[in-house]
Order: sequence, then C-alpha cells, then structure tokens
Amino acid sequence: MELVNVWFVIIAVLWTGYLVLEGFDFGVGMLMPIVGKNNTERRVALNTIGPVWDGNEVWLLTAGGATFAAFPEWYATMFSGFYLPLLIILVALIVRACAIEYRAKINDQNWRTRWDRAIIITAWVPSIMWGVAFANLVRGVPLDADHQFIGNLFTLLSPFALLGGAVTLTLFLTHGAIFLSLKTDGIVRERAEALAKRLAPVSLAVAAVWAIWAQLAYSEVAWTWVPLAVAAVGLALAWWFSLKGTFGKAFAANAVAIAAAVVLIFGSMFPDVMPASNDAANSLNVDNASSTDYTLTVMTWVAGFLVPVILMYQGWTYWVFRKRVSVADIPEHNELTFSKD
Amino acid sequence: MEALELARWQFGITTVYHFVLVPLTIGLSTLVAIMQTSWVRTGNEKWLRLTKFFGKLLLINFALGVATGIVQEFQFGMNWSEYSRFVGDVFGAPLAMEALAAFFLESTFLGLWIFGWDRLSKKVHLATVWAFAIGSILSAYFILAANSWMQHPVGAEFNPETGRAEMTDIFAVLTNSTTLVAFPHVIAAAFLVAGTFVGGIGVWWMVKSTRANPNNPANSDAMMYRTAARLGAVVMLIAGAAILITGDLQAKLMFEQQPIKMAAAEGLVETEQPAAFSLLTIGNLAGNDPSSVRHIIEIPGLTSYLATGSWDAPVPGLNDLQEQYAERYGATTADGEIIEYRPNLLVTYWSFRLMIGLAIFSAALALAIFWVTRKKQVSDKTWFKNLALLSLPMPFMAASFGWIFTEMGRQPFVVAPNPTGSDQIFLMTLFGYSTSVSAGEVIFSMATFTIVYSVLGVFWFKLQKRYASEGAPVIAPPPDDSDDEARKPMSFAY
Repeated sequence: MELVNVWFVIIAVLWTGYLVLEGFDFGVGMLMPIVGKNNTERRVALNTIGPVWDGNEVWLLTAGGATFAAFPEWYATMFSGFYLPLLIILVALIVRACAIEYRAKINDQNWRTRWDRAIIITAWVPSIMWGVAFANLVRGVPLDADHQFIGNLFTLLSPFALLGGAVTLTLFLTHGAIFLSLKTDGIVRERAEALAKRLAPVSLAVAAVWAIWAQLAYSEVAWTWVPLAVAAVGLALAWWFSLKGTFGKAFAANAVAIAAAVVLIFGSMFPDVMPASNDAANSLNVDNASSTDYTLTVMTWVAGFLVPVILMYQGWTYWVFRKRVSVADIPEHNELTFSKD
Repeated sequence: MEALELARWQFGITTVYHFVLVPLTIGLSTLVAIMQTSWVRTGNEKWLRLTKFFGKLLLINFALGVATGIVQEFQFGMNWSEYSRFVGDVFGAPLAMEALAAFFLESTFLGLWIFGWDRLSKKVHLATVWAFAIGSILSAYFILAANSWMQHPVGAEFNPETGRAEMTDIFAVLTNSTTLVAFPHVIAAAFLVAGTFVGGIGVWWMVKSTRANPNNPANSDAMMYRTAARLGAVVMLIAGAAILITGDLQAKLMFEQQPIKMAAAEGLVETEQPAAFSLLTIGNLAGNDPSSVRHIIEIPGLTSYLATGSWDAPVPGLNDLQEQYAERYGATTADGEIIEYRPNLLVTYWSFRLMIGLAIFSAALALAIFWVTRKKQVSDKTWFKNLALLSLPMPFMAASFGWIFTEMGRQPFVVAPNPTGSDQIFLMTLFGYSTSVSAGEVIFSMATFTIVYSVLGVFWFKLQKRYASEGAPVIAPPPDDSDDEARKPMSFAY
C-alpha cells in the first residue's frame, strides 16, 4: 500500500480512537445532571472519567498533529475553512478542562453549580459540532483552485451537516449512558441503565437516516455499504445488549459502530481528503495534500513504534481503574472554601 | 487592523499566555517527583506533605496549561494556513511526535498519579509522577525542535514545483544546533520558575510557621518549609547557572544564524568594533527609527564578547544588515513595498533586558535563602517573607520576555533564512497567514480567546492563592484495615 494511503488510514484510526474514547467522556458530561440528582451522585458520574478523560483528549491533538505532518494542505484548508466551528469546539474544550479540574477544588455550592453548567454545555457543544464537521467532509465544501475554502459559516450548516451533528450527539449520549452503566453502581447505575435502553434506539434511527443519505448522495463507491451495515448492526446490538443488561457487550458494540461510521466517512471520501463540492478538480486528495514520501516514512516509523506502546499504557489505566464507582466511594469534600474561617 | 496584524496579536496573546503556565508545569512536575521520591526513600512524612501541597498547585496549573495548549495545535491551521502549507512537510513531524511521544505520556500518567494514590503500589505510583514529568520535558523538546526550525531551518530543501520546504533529514531537524541550545535554556528557565515557586512559597510559610509558634521557632512545620525553601534555592542556583551558560551559547549561535536579531537585542544601529552592551538607551525605539537611538550606560566590549567570545570583535549593526538582507533576500515585495528586515527595536531591545533583569530576583532569593537558613536556622523576618513574595512572579515574566524576544526578533520572517542553508527556505510573516479567513473572523476569535483566557486566569490565580495560603495538608493516620474488603472512599476524587 502506498504511504499516503497508509496515512489516510492512520488518521482515520486516530479519529476513531478519539471519538470512541472522548465520545463517552462527552456523554458522561451531558448526562451528569440527569444521572446525578445531587452533588455526590454527580461526582460519581464525573469520577468514572476522572482518571482517563485527559488522556482520551490527546487522541484529538494527535489526529490534528498527524494531519499537519502527513497532509499539510488538508490541515491548512480544513482548519482555516472550518474556522468558526473549530473555534467553538476549542473554546468548549478549554473551558471543559478547567471545569472538570476546578469544580471540586472549592467546597461551595455556587462554585460547583457554575462549573457543572460549564461541564454540561462544553460536552453538548462539541458533541454536535464534530458531527457537523465530519458531515461537511463527506458532503464536500466549496474550494477554489488553490484549495482555499470559499464558503462561509452557513455553507457549513446544511441540513445534511446538522443531521450529522444529531448523529454524533445521540451516539455520544448513548455511549456515555452505556459507559456509566458499566462503571457505576447504585442509583446512578440504575438511572444510566434506563437511559441507555431509551437512547440506543434513538441513536440507531438518527444514524441510519444520516448514513443512508451519505451513502446515496455522497459516496462514490459501493463498498461503503459494508461499514454502513456494520455500524447499523453495531448500534442495533448495543440496543439489544442494553435491554439484556449486558453493558460490556453493549459498549463494545457501540464502539464498533463508531469505528464503522469513521470507515464509512473516510471511505466515502477516499481518495479525496477534502472533496470540493463546486468543482471536483479543486478537491484535495491524498496525493495533492500529502507530505513527501520521506516525511511519511519517518512518521510511519514513529507511529508504528509509539501507537502500540500508547495503547498498552492507556489500556493499563483502564485496568487500574476498572472498579465501579458508587456513592460510597466518594470521599467527603474536605476541600477549601474561599471565605477564610 | 488587518487580518495579518490581528492574527499576529492572537498568536502572541495565546502563546505568551500558554507559556506563562508551561514552565511551571515542566519544572514543578520534576520537583514534585523529587519530593515524592524522597518520601518513598526516607519515609519522612514532611516529604509526603510537601508532595501533596505542591502537587495540588501543580494540578491547578496543569489544567489551564493543557487547556490553552489545545489551541496551539490548531492555530497554525486556523490563522496561519499559508505558513502551514509552506512548512508542513517539515514542521508537522515534530508536532505530531510531540503528541505521540509526550502528550499521551503526560496526560495518561497524570491521571494515574492523581487517582492512583490508593490503587497503585508506592513504587508504581512514584513511577507515574516521573512518567508525567518526563512527558512534560519531552514535549518541550519537540516543540522547541519545531520552533528552532523556524529560527534556523535545516534538514530540508525547497521544492520549486510544490513551492514548499520539504524534509530531507529528520535527524538534522531534531539535532538542529538551535534546538540543542534552546532546549536546555528553556528547561533551565522552567526550573528557575519552579525553583522560585517552591523556594518562595517555602520561605513565606517558614516565616509564618516560625511566628505562629514563638516558643518553638524551629517547629516541625517551619523545618518542613525550610526544606522546601532550600530545595528551591538549590534548584534556582543550578538553573541560574545553566541559564547563563546556555544563554551565552545561544547568543553566539544567534550571532551566526540571526545576526539581525542580535543587533536588535542590542539596539546596535551601526556596525561597531568593539561593540558595547548598553543598559539604558533612549531615542525613538518605538518608531523603529534606528538613527535616533542613543546609548546612555554602556559596558564596553560586552556585546562583542557575547556574540563572538572576543572582547574586540566587530558586530554588524542594523543598517549594514538591512542592506545585506535586502541584497540577498530581496529589497521589495512583489507589490513593490520595501521590506523592513530590522525587527521592532522597542520590543526586542527591552524584552531582552527584562528577560535577564527579572531573573536576577531569583538569584537574590536563592542567596538569601542559603544565608538565612544556614546551620539549621529558620527565620521570622518580614523582609525575607516580602522578598519571597516579590520574587515569585519575576521568573514567570522573565521567561515570557525571553519568548517574546526570540519570536519578535525573528520578524519580519516567520521562518527565518539560514545563512548557510538554502536561500529559498524562508517565509515572511506577511505571507503566512490564512488568506481565506476574514479580519472579522480573527477579531471574533481573538476577542473570544482573550475573554475566556482572562476569566479562567482569574480562577487560576484565585485557586493558586487559596491553596498556597492553606499550606501543606496534615496527613491523616492510615484508616483501620480491619474491614479491608468493605468499601473505602477513594483517597482522591473530583
């Protein structure tokens, strides 16, 4: 396989890692006020992702860095073209990092309520925006002959793109509910399980409509029906296993569905990385967007060596924190208040 | 203002802000790892208390550092897409390596460290904080390799067909002479920041603890904070020496690689032999009018020495260099505008001096700590407490000014030409920004980032202040292990 194609696949893999992992982080953030009716229960939800969310987010930084290194033209056009949506995502991620870390630092209800709101909003916003961004990659955007984006914000907000936002939103909500069912105990678990059972069919329905629309309208090839079918079966199984109460399997099925969706998205674009909706000649593809073979060779060695190591130690983290979290695990707040005693 | 100006301001604001936080994370993570190692090796509880105390401050800092770092990974594409197209083949590689080799290590092992206190054995838990510290130092290496390539491009050639720089030798990029001196310089600066932080807070608390117990001035709390103060002082001293040595090496390299930056640092208008180092300069630096510059206080020959190692060597001035650059890289742009190769004098001249001058506070604090706490002594002196407080922000500012100097001194280039390399590999900042992004969009994003950063900065400061003024936590006796299997609350939870 040519190196440019290898790197197309690697970037799809990095996005898969990101969406599978931070997908449930976002889901937990969005569902936190629903599964947690009081402070302790909210802390239960938050502590399921506590040790891992930051490491999960690095998959995004790596996808960004790898795109820069392997496909600089893609990196340049995509991030300058998707300027405002990306700005909104970045602001959400910035606030979110501080919200999660600072929430418990001060034992004061107002302080916590404000950061809670931040955690919730900054989980909803990127959950929608990522779907909008990927749908625009599938649909293509107007590019000029120099591969510069020539649309505006409203170009990016087509019905197809907005439905894409609904897909990632419902997918992450389901993913988060299943994750919470798997990682919590007691009342939080009960609420999460009930939510998972109700959310799974919704994400299946929304994703199916969008995927079929994507396949019929924008995919150039027939083989992408396969990942589409895999994704559908994965989501159906996630629902089925949720109903049966086997959430480990439901989580795996949902993760497979997300991976299959990435295959569908990238497969429908290939060999383009950024299809031009106005004139196919202006599209960025794996060849005209890529780095030199030398750079790709170097990066292949680096990624080939490091990604397995990363998977090992990140996997180990999940093993270390495999125990369910319940109200009994949450220590009393011994944190400080701003007002001196 | 045009999109270019705005994009530059935005990069400056977001990067300087990020870089206020980063040195503390890099230096303090290692110092906390050293504290925890001392606890594991000696079993002395004071080390555990210090680990937890400074660990909390580290976490508050790290959260905002990471958050503001996310922007850096994407900003090149958002505001500097033409730059990204030109350099991506070379510059993207160290950036991607940074994510793969450093960010994953940092973030994953920090999570293990925070939540792993009662989940991991003592030694494994200790290893996690070291992995975190190593990750943060590695990230500095890769990002400086990327930045050094902008200062001094090596290991690449220009491809006229694609119109971009293309990598030919990754080892040359990673062992760029500029990187090899910038990396130890920045790491040393990070340790100066962290050493001052630990030393300053240690002194403040030592004085406070001594006063709180006048009958027993050398009480265990005071002695614990004395330990922190002395640890900070040792770190400041070693880091200070390393800063001087690496800074000197950098200056000599800069003289060869970016002579116009060196001349700007000195406000050296005409070529001089020998060239003096001025401490105070008047004249219209702000108007970038070199002809009006007058040096008031000078140290003869010092600039010659800094640049070349010889006290009477000639150092080329801005005007001569302007001519040389114009001849070599073009006198005018395609639009016929005359290219100003002289960097902004006001900023470069003063940021260079502030970098050096502000770092002197740390030296004073370190010497004071060694003197006052000699022979197991503690102190209750107000001046000492005040000196500690005053010194705290200084190395942060010194590091920021150093960063401002090196970046502003590179202007008008975003990728400065390498005098002994390819004459095609350079890029004017003017041609690096995103042409498809409107000024309105940049204003909007700049305003957004500035507001969000300001608000978060207030919380960062309030939390740092609150946690620093709370002091080291008292370690509770280990819980009764009789009902081992029963659920025990986590020792750390959000």
